[in-house]
Amino acid sequence: MKDSLSKKQAYNFTPGQVITGKWHGNKYRIIRILGEGAIGRVYLAQTGGRLVAVKVARQAMSVSSEVNVLRRVSKVQGLSLGPSFLDMDDVVTSHGTTSFYVMEFIQGQPFMPFVINKGSEWLGLFTAQLLGDLHKMHAGGWIFGDLKPENLLITKQPYQLRWIDPGGITKAGRSIKEYTEYFDRGYWGEGDRKAEPSYDLFAVAMLMVNRAYPSRFRKTSQKGTDYILEKVTGAPLLHPYFTVIKKGIEQKYEDAGQMKEDVLMALRNQKRAAVPSRLKRKAVLKKRNAPVNKTAGTPVTRERKGYLETVFFASFLLTIYILYLVG
Amino acid sequence: MSQGTVRQILLITDGCSNAGEDPVAMAAMAREEGLSVNVIGITNEGDESERGMEEITQIAQSGGGMSEVVYARQLSQTVQMVTKKAMTQTIHGVVNREIRQILGTKQEMEDLEPEKREELMEVVDELGETSNLDILILVDTSASMKTKLPRVQEALLDLSLSLRSREGENHFCLYSFPGKRSHVDKLVSWTPQLDSLKGAFKKLSSSGITPTGPAITEAIKVHMKRMKKGPSDNERLFIEETGI
Repeated sequence: MKDSLSKKQAYNFTPGQVITGKWHGNKYRIIRILGEGAIGRVYLAQTGGRLVAVKVARQAMSVSSEVNVLRRVSKVQGLSLGPSFLDMDDVVTSHGTTSFYVMEFIQGQPFMPFVINKGSEWLGLFTAQLLGDLHKMHAGGWIFGDLKPENLLITKQPYQLRWIDPGGITKAGRSIKEYTEYFDRGYWGEGDRKAEPSYDLFAVAMLMVNRAYPSRFRKTSQKGTDYILEKVTGAPLLHPYFTVIKKGIEQKYEDAGQMKEDVLMALRNQKRAAVPSRLKRKAVLKKRNAPVNKTAGTPVTRERKGYLETVFFASFLLTIYILYLVG
Repeated sequence: MSQGTVRQILLITDGCSNAGEDPVAMAAMAREEGLSVNVIGITNEGDESERGMEEITQIAQSGGGMSEVVYARQLSQTVQMVTKKAMTQTIHGVVNREIRQILGTKQEMEDLEPEKREELMEVVDELGETSNLDILILVDTSASMKTKLPRVQEALLDLSLSLRSREGENHFCLYSFPGKRSHVDKLVSWTPQLDSLKGAFKKLSSSGITPTGPAITEAIKVHMKRMKKGPSDNERLFIEETGI
């Protein structure tokens, strides 16, 4: 949107600036900008000795709309991975009045770099965590909408996935508010943009695909699902999750709980079957590809180093996670 | 109020007008008639003509709508976003008028305390989802648009997909300008869904004129005619494609 200069300045805060709410009187000292999106900016700020995230929008009505969603979604029982809502107010500056809202500041690492640097079992674990929360959100009548790595963070101790941007959350049955093409089933010609669980699950499947193709790929003249599955086949690290991804993009899952079950199953199978099948595959690879394609062989060998540790670590994590699930 | 209809003109162009009435004035006229005019400007990478872009912003401002200037490849996402945002804006405007009538003075939604605003916003969102939308799409098909038309076509199908996901009803119609003999040509008459636009843009005028103003005037007429007459019974049944 082309904004007039004064409008731009009204939501442009500088580090050190203190903004005071017109209605509730809370004071927030701006530390730095955290991000900028389609509807406004998010700043890191300090209030009463704690860090918070302050979201400022170009239009007051977008703030009201998001706060309304955030407030109601946070009432959904057991939902744990989103930010909590803290305050909403207006600030009057010399450039005009701007609406903002305040939420919990979630400190973490961006999702994609984190999972890319770790083994593919982490992708499964975080996907399972995400699906657990989505399941509850869906049961409460809400659809996440704009699901993408940029809206996910990994926090430490223990490593956990959190989601940060409530801007796309849409009431089930309505039309999706915000989306990103790569994760949107409409873009791939695989459905409309009605907010329903299968819309989110398609995006979850694409989130997994994105792990193997960090720079993403664009649609072709080929049918969406066919092309995506071709890409999945071409990425060995996605093979353990092939069925999950396939069912996700073909929208065969009734709910997020089923998909989560399948992800956990894939993790378990990967652990049990991995060693022999890997050896076999490697042997086959050597025989078939060694003279033709050297580069394809190298990562496999490299991956095998410390493989036992990974398997050991994964099974350890899995045990803990299953204990957590059961308990 | 769930029966209410939001009426829009969506103008897709890549440059400035050079024939007929001033499009900014015509957009203001459309607004007087209760329509809103949204404009998408398509620009080539590294080639932004100041004058054309300035006009785009002005048309949308005086037409009570929104404008956005994008590269052809970003078209799909922008078109649906602008359309939906403009709808919310229109409804927001209606709600504001109601508030002024009830509270008198110059009160607007923004002057209410945050909690009340939130409740009202829920109503605005609800209306945005359930109200009907009549959207007349005006596509500039002058020579310079030639390479961009496949993207326009894709974006319009995508728009139809997005709007179909709403609860309210939608009706689209598609016009291009300049026309062969007149200022505008009808490509698709009112239809609930844009299914196939194959060949819709086939026969293009290669004349150098871009009569944006007259095109908006014609779009107002088409909207007014539909408002008076109401939807016809058989319009749901067929899509009339001319120019093929």
